[in-house]
Amino acid sequence: MPKIKSLEELKKIREEAQRDLRIRTETGTRIIIGMGTCGIAAGARDVMHAILKELERRDIEAHVETVGCIGMCAKEPLVDIEQAGKPRVTYANVTPDMVPRLIEEHLVKGRVVQEWALGRLESTGIQ
Amino acid sequence: MEAGATRIEVRIDEDLGADRLTIEVADNGRGMNEETVRRVLDPFFTTRKTRHVGLGLPLFAAAARQCDGDLAIESAPGKGTRVRATFRHSHIDRAPLGDMPSALMAILLSGRPVDVAYTHRVGEAEFALDSADVRRELGEVPLTHPAVRQWLWQTLREGEESLRAKR
Repeated sequence: MPKIKSLEELKKIREEAQRDLRIRTETGTRIIIGMGTCGIAAGARDVMHAILKELERRDIEAHVETVGCIGMCAKEPLVDIEQAGKPRVTYANVTPDMVPRLIEEHLVKGRVVQEWALGRLESTGIQ
Repeated sequence: MEAGATRIEVRIDEDLGADRLTIEVADNGRGMNEETVRRVLDPFFTTRKTRHVGLGLPLFAAAARQCDGDLAIESAPGKGTRVRATFRHSHIDRAPLGDMPSALMAILLSGRPVDVAYTHRVGEAEFALDSADVRRELGEVPLTHPAVRQWLWQTLREGEESLRAKR
């Protein structure tokens, strides 16, 4: 089994990760995907798949996190993008083919894709 | 997860010789008493408060039974719950397994610290990954770290891929 060998790889990842861990958690990008039953039924797993693939393809380092249902099931799949120092933006009814543009415009160019955004969360509250 | 589990075991065993598929899910959550175990396959029984139906286990049981299989539940308060479903592997109504790497990633990337011990066996071949082992190697580096995430996803995809040829 290649299992042992690949666990060895983790040691290297750990060493490298430790160095930039603080910087990353303070200044990094987080992508948060609603993965409750409603989200999964609406296609959130395919959206997550598309996000992971796009990040891998473009070699973008961002934290991806799955969360539960926030009660807006009709708007699922919901994807939030949070970049340090900027408001957290929620995108609604996200489909896999929307993912490349979301990453290109929001993550790379830093421009919110207005027509897909449902709202944003400032440190002071929802707008 | 509302059952307070910190560890989930998922075991998929495709015994092609016996034409049997076994799917077993066990957790170390709060468990159920005998009365609850008896009622849990009733679609109109649920412990949640949002609505009065709970279809997860009834549908899982129905899927197993329509494929010449069955579903068994073992549970004890304070210890956890184990659900085992069997299917005739070649049954025409048996749904395919689906995208296991994505399903597992959805759990592993969750903000809640739940560990998953996953074992998938096809005949004699086996792929296993326990996120507790991964966490131990990583120390304070989280599973959501981009490099770790990439490793997890790739390991899961390669593991499942290696089993596909055995079917």
